[in-house]
Amino acid sequence: MDAAIRERDSLAARIRRWLPALARGRRPEALPVTLDRNRVYIVPTRAGLGFAVLLATMLIGALNYQNNAALLLTCMLGAALASSMLLTWRELHDLTLRSLHADHGFCDARLPIHMAFADDGRARPGLHVALDDIEQPCPLRAGVSRATATAPTDARGWMPIPRLRFSSTLPFGLFRAWSWITPDQYVLVYPRILRDGRPPSHHDDPRERTTAGGDEFAGLREYHVGDPIRHVAWKASARHDHLLVREFDRAAPGQPLRFDWRDLSGLDRETRISRLAGWVCDAYTAARPWTLVLEDRRTLGPGSDAAHYHLCLTALAELP
Amino acid sequence: MKASRIPAGTHGTPSELAPLPFTLLCITTLCVLAAHAPHMPVWYTAILAAIIAARWLQRRRQRGRISAWLRVALLVAVPAAVIAVYGTPFGREPGAAIVCGLLVVKLLESERVRDARMAIGFACFILMSALLFDQGLAFTIIVGLMLLPALATLRALEPGLPGGSGWSGWLPAFRTGTVLLGVSLPAALLGFVLIPRLATPLWGAQGNGEARTGMTERMAPGDMHSLLTDNAVAMRIGFDGAPPPESLRYFRGMVLWSFDGRAWVPGDAARRPWPPAPVGVRGPLTHYNVTLLPSHQHWMFALDVPVDAPEDALMGPDHTLWSNKPIDQAIHYRVASAVDYRLASERLDPRLRATALELPDGFDPGARALAERWRSEAGANDDAIIRDALALFHDGGFVYDLDAPPLDRNSIDDFLFNTKTGFCEHYASAFTFLMRAAGIPARVVVGYQGGYWNAFAHYLLIRQSDAHAWSEVWLAGRGWVRVDPTAAVSRVVLADTGGAAGDVGGGNRSWWMPWQNRLDVINLWWGQTVVGFDALDQGHLFRPFGIEHATAQMLGIALAIAVFLALGFGALLASLRPRHKPRDALAAAQLRLQRRLARIGIVRGTGEGPRDFYHRCILSLPASAQPLRALATDYLELRYALAEPPPERIRAFLRAIRNFHPRRVVK
Repeated sequence: MDAAIRERDSLAARIRRWLPALARGRRPEALPVTLDRNRVYIVPTRAGLGFAVLLATMLIGALNYQNNAALLLTCMLGAALASSMLLTWRELHDLTLRSLHADHGFCDARLPIHMAFADDGRARPGLHVALDDIEQPCPLRAGVSRATATAPTDARGWMPIPRLRFSSTLPFGLFRAWSWITPDQYVLVYPRILRDGRPPSHHDDPRERTTAGGDEFAGLREYHVGDPIRHVAWKASARHDHLLVREFDRAAPGQPLRFDWRDLSGLDRETRISRLAGWVCDAYTAARPWTLVLEDRRTLGPGSDAAHYHLCLTALAELP
Repeated sequence: MKASRIPAGTHGTPSELAPLPFTLLCITTLCVLAAHAPHMPVWYTAILAAIIAARWLQRRRQRGRISAWLRVALLVAVPAAVIAVYGTPFGREPGAAIVCGLLVVKLLESERVRDARMAIGFACFILMSALLFDQGLAFTIIVGLMLLPALATLRALEPGLPGGSGWSGWLPAFRTGTVLLGVSLPAALLGFVLIPRLATPLWGAQGNGEARTGMTERMAPGDMHSLLTDNAVAMRIGFDGAPPPESLRYFRGMVLWSFDGRAWVPGDAARRPWPPAPVGVRGPLTHYNVTLLPSHQHWMFALDVPVDAPEDALMGPDHTLWSNKPIDQAIHYRVASAVDYRLASERLDPRLRATALELPDGFDPGARALAERWRSEAGANDDAIIRDALALFHDGGFVYDLDAPPLDRNSIDDFLFNTKTGFCEHYASAFTFLMRAAGIPARVVVGYQGGYWNAFAHYLLIRQSDAHAWSEVWLAGRGWVRVDPTAAVSRVVLADTGGAAGDVGGGNRSWWMPWQNRLDVINLWWGQTVVGFDALDQGHLFRPFGIEHATAQMLGIALAIAVFLALGFGALLASLRPRHKPRDALAAAQLRLQRRLARIGIVRGTGEGPRDFYHRCILSLPASAQPLRALATDYLELRYALAEPPPERIRAFLRAIRNFHPRRVVK
């Protein structure tokens, strides 16, 4: 049973993989793109197939009972439902995607993508868009030509905007029209954020920081990979199951924090980048100035404004 | 299942049924009930409607299915109630009642979009089945309109309708279905004409035309009551020339020879294969075409008295027409009749004569005694006896009333001396009995009398309520002579049943009856063109193209081509871009302002930007500086600052332009 379902799923998945490959709109193309009739596909939905069976039953019944009024009714219903196919198709036909732009987004979070369509005076209330398996409604009213959808992200850096699948089942849910657009466009995805490491202290010289006994002891917290080993409170840790580290009060405001690549030795590369990004975010949220020192000793900052924030995150995202 | 779809927009979880489609689904279900109400018991319909209302109120307060116990109980109660009423769950009426009940049960558990779609499909099917009971034009149109709420429900199940609890979503929900039904009507008609009809039904569908109780072969007092109050059309007759005068519009159906004390039946005499006596025709024959609606009997009706049988029919010894096949579908036939005639005037066959004098023993001694007294008074004068009998009905306190009281065992005596109230069959029955008791051969004739002459379309419309019974007596030298004893009755009580008895000249037709009669021409057209369109008509479809008989295969090919063309044409229509490009409302408004200002002498220069232009205007028209400054700010912001100016602000700007009237300063 389970295996059968898996079998079917895998078949469906295979078809899902195959169909796009056969369909148009899979090659990246520059916007604007108009969905002309060659690239809008349409099939009946499950409900549509159900209604087809129903209409066939009604037809046979009316014919068998030689009841012309019933036959006429069946023909009317059938013609109306069949022509709803054209309305479904019309939802997508002539849709023009003018441009796309993406917000800044962090890896693993969904990235908002703003779409601008050409306003052809036609409402498309049932339009959906999917950038992965999740269909998102993006209704267009007449005169409104913008909508937003979110894309999945799984790696930092420049990501091609995934293929967009536009679809609609309007007006009756009996047919489903869809079309693909693969925009020739990239968005920058900021690194994944890790917030579990305590940011280093404010001192310029890392060596000085480690001996910064002058800082006021603030408390204990759990050890995270990357914490300076000399901050471990060994005695306190002995009484617990896990390591504890001493926390010190933050430096007085006004002095720039310093986030250095080399502070995070012993971690793998992506974790380092994520940790740095997390510190940058925290500092930006707290409105504290910071300096970012990258692997190649490139130093950014100090600064605390949005431009500096984006500069830092972009630099981190673009690291090889 | 992966969440691969997020349908149905704004309400609750994706597949949950929103209030609007649910309300529309309830309305659709009520429509289905209404379509089937004419043949379901009133209490049954009322209970189902009440359940729908209760369910609607329940779901308005709180979502959720009705408890499973209640649903199961209903699921059992519906067939149980139907069996209790009809005695069987099988057959047309019980079947319709059961499916209506099941649809209501489905409504009780409809909580998801999927349920609602299934319920709508089911409802469409049940709507269609309502047409098995009545194929009339009006009813077909009503059922067709009932598709609208069904389509509106389907539309409301999809996203994109204005949400909220108000009425804002109703119009758009109904619009799609209405437009689609209207636009696809030509395609539907094409399909209707071209879908090959079955020559023979696939499964038992005999005798399933409209469920009408037409005329029956047995006539007992009171039997015809339901017929006389039935306004259904029985037949339509088109005459070659002028129609016969009203007094001669007697349409002979069957002749009843045999009386058992209670009821008149045709008896053996009517079935004997004797050739009918030739009709002595005097004056010209009347030729006419009859369209007889299905009666599921063999009797055919013809103007008194037909001279020859039409095709596929026999003429009995009493000049009645007998179809070889039961009339399960409307039939057309052509007959010639003599309105001035002599029937068997030379001699009456002794065996027929004996039958026409037969009376059951031990019944109605009073009537026999009366007839014998008349005979002894009149001697051999048969006419005097007939006059006596008619005088009795005219002056003896007899009343014509459709609400006749029931009669006891000696029905003739009871009627003649006691109740004295009845309608045509009472009078025909009593009169014929009296004649036989007096020794005059007599028989009862049942048929239609009167009718409505549609002068516009030139045909005579006969309804079931025109049913009538009269007598024929055989007189030496004159043969069978028609006597209508009902016509002798002087007092008529109008029944309030809304029906009409043909035999009193339409005394109690309701106020809309004349309109119904006039509009019957549409029904005639409907019956002939649509309902009557059968395999035979279809075979002749391509005659104009030189194909004498179209086979099912040809029709199928034509249908396929038609579907293909219709789809192509539809796709062409659908792909048309809106004709008018979305107008730049801002630019138009600005132009309007410039025209207005130009009229008072401030013309925008070709190279002048809007900011400079406005500035110049403000300087030139200090009286209007305030509004102009506001307009300038708005325009510049709407035009240049906002990528996507909100429509409300554009509208406000247009309004401001409209209301701006430059005040000229007299220099």
